Amino acid sequence: MGLIDYLRLAAVQHALVAATLVAVISGLIGPFVITRRAAFAVHGVAELSFTGAVAGLVWANNAVLGALLGSLVVAGAIATLGVRQSERDAAIGVTLAFGLGVGVYLLAHYHRNASAATSILFGQILGVSTGQIVLLSIVAAGVLAAVAFLYRPLLFASVDPEVAEARGVPVRLLGLAFLVVLALTVTEAAQIVGTLLVLSLAITPAAAAHRLSARPSLVAGLSIAFALLASDGGVLASLTAPDVKTSVFITTFSFAIYVLARLAGTRLRRGRRAAPED
Amino acid sequence: MADVADELTVRMRAATLRLGERDLWRGLDLDVAPGEFLAVLGPNGGGKTSLLKVLLGLYRLTEGSVEVCGRRPRRGSDLVGYVPQQKAFEPDAPLRGRDLVRLGLDGHRWGIGLGGRDTRRRVDDAIAAVGAAGYADAPLGLLSGGEQQRLRIAQALLGDPRVLLCDEPLLSLDLHHQQATSELIDRRRRESGTSVLFVTHEINPVLPMVDRVLYLVGTKWAIGTPDEVLRSERLSELYGTHIDVLRVHGRVVVVGAPDAPHGEGAHHHHERDDDHELEHADGTGRGSSWV
Repeated sequence: MGLIDYLRLAAVQHALVAATLVAVISGLIGPFVITRRAAFAVHGVAELSFTGAVAGLVWANNAVLGALLGSLVVAGAIATLGVRQSERDAAIGVTLAFGLGVGVYLLAHYHRNASAATSILFGQILGVSTGQIVLLSIVAAGVLAAVAFLYRPLLFASVDPEVAEARGVPVRLLGLAFLVVLALTVTEAAQIVGTLLVLSLAITPAAAAHRLSARPSLVAGLSIAFALLASDGGVLASLTAPDVKTSVFITTFSFAIYVLARLAGTRLRRGRRAAPED
Repeated sequence: MADVADELTVRMRAATLRLGERDLWRGLDLDVAPGEFLAVLGPNGGGKTSLLKVLLGLYRLTEGSVEVCGRRPRRGSDLVGYVPQQKAFEPDAPLRGRDLVRLGLDGHRWGIGLGGRDTRRRVDDAIAAVGAAGYADAPLGLLSGGEQQRLRIAQALLGDPRVLLCDEPLLSLDLHHQQATSELIDRRRRESGTSVLFVTHEINPVLPMVDRVLYLVGTKWAIGTPDEVLRSERLSELYGTHIDVLRVHGRVVVVGAPDAPHGEGAHHHHERDDDHELEHADGTGRGSSWV
């Protein structure tokens, strides 16, 4: 079967739609994750979507719904425990450890389909159902709308919290709102690349974009473009090599883009250094 | 007299601010006129930064009243501009100089804000006014502290504030940039009648521009011209211990003030957090300082 034939399959079409949705929202929040130094929050929320997914399987036989609802609980827990910046990482660690313990306990009570549970760790992109696509689309639309609404004050609060607060920006509230958006995005991405590899879409493309530009809109655009390239590129590439998992391609492409951006970015910045002193 | 009172940009009466268990200042009366340059001095924990936060609408007074241009301070008010102490941005901060300046115009508004021609023109004008046009398009994180501080001033002035609040804006700048930064602020208040409240550890770089000094020590305070306040008797009274104020080559040197371990040019780590300031407030380090 050639690539064109594959593209006629519903499973492949679903995978591409899911990969696109995930790439857009991951690429969009990525620059904020980097500026706010929230990479560990991404990792923590992603791993805990394992617990949420198992809980969803046990109680409603729906991993995606469980993971999404669970992510809101996790965002709330991190925000409650880690009010101060300095205790945030500790709060994430505490939540992560306990949450995974709960996940292991729940897994012991799930006897039906063990592979459905373990595939959460590494993604299940070729098994996305129509119902899941609908759910993912709703979440993605919500995340897009939220980020569009929060964009300017969130940027202000992320790069310059002190002055933002002086200008009346609700910095604390935005921090909580961002955690919720991040949790939903990361959990959605975890369905595609798996909880262990989410960083390849939520961090790596944005990190590459940061290397190439300091213009906020361009950084966001590049980050989304890189995430799309890695995500959809990974799905297409995996069709040609069925015995390699999709997430392997996605992480590899994403990393390759980052390395190239680093090389190009170093030269770019060196040029800018020549900017005149006053 | 009524006219004068109406014109005041800042008016505080019997103002007391208590954070936790401790009064920062008590019964403070303060009038600031348009175009006036007021230096706010005093040891750490004296509530200098908290005074700015009251005027920004971030803290509520425990007692007394405060007005900015005749109104109660309100968070995000365009009447007030704010310049923080120089704090370097990360080299990979995802914004250019002009993006920082623009946040001062519409960073507090919801939505993406594509920004039309008018936005761009106002940002350009603000950048030109501080002489930063040459590097406004460079990544912010690659600019020097002095360049970043110029952009900060452009950012604060973009909303055309009546009152400019500066919190140690010269800290960690070299002498040349200290001068350039304070001259920008001085020019603004002369040309536009913007009042300046300038919190600082070192008055000497701005001494020629200062109209009056507000000196906060413990719960006590003194206000007047530099010659009235920066005198041995006045400061000894405030600190409750013997203080010598010397004039050396036109500079003011305060000797013997508690909690002033920093000499001129020494890097002093300023605590942003008022909780921390309180911990240092009863520090017993005695030394000489260039106020």
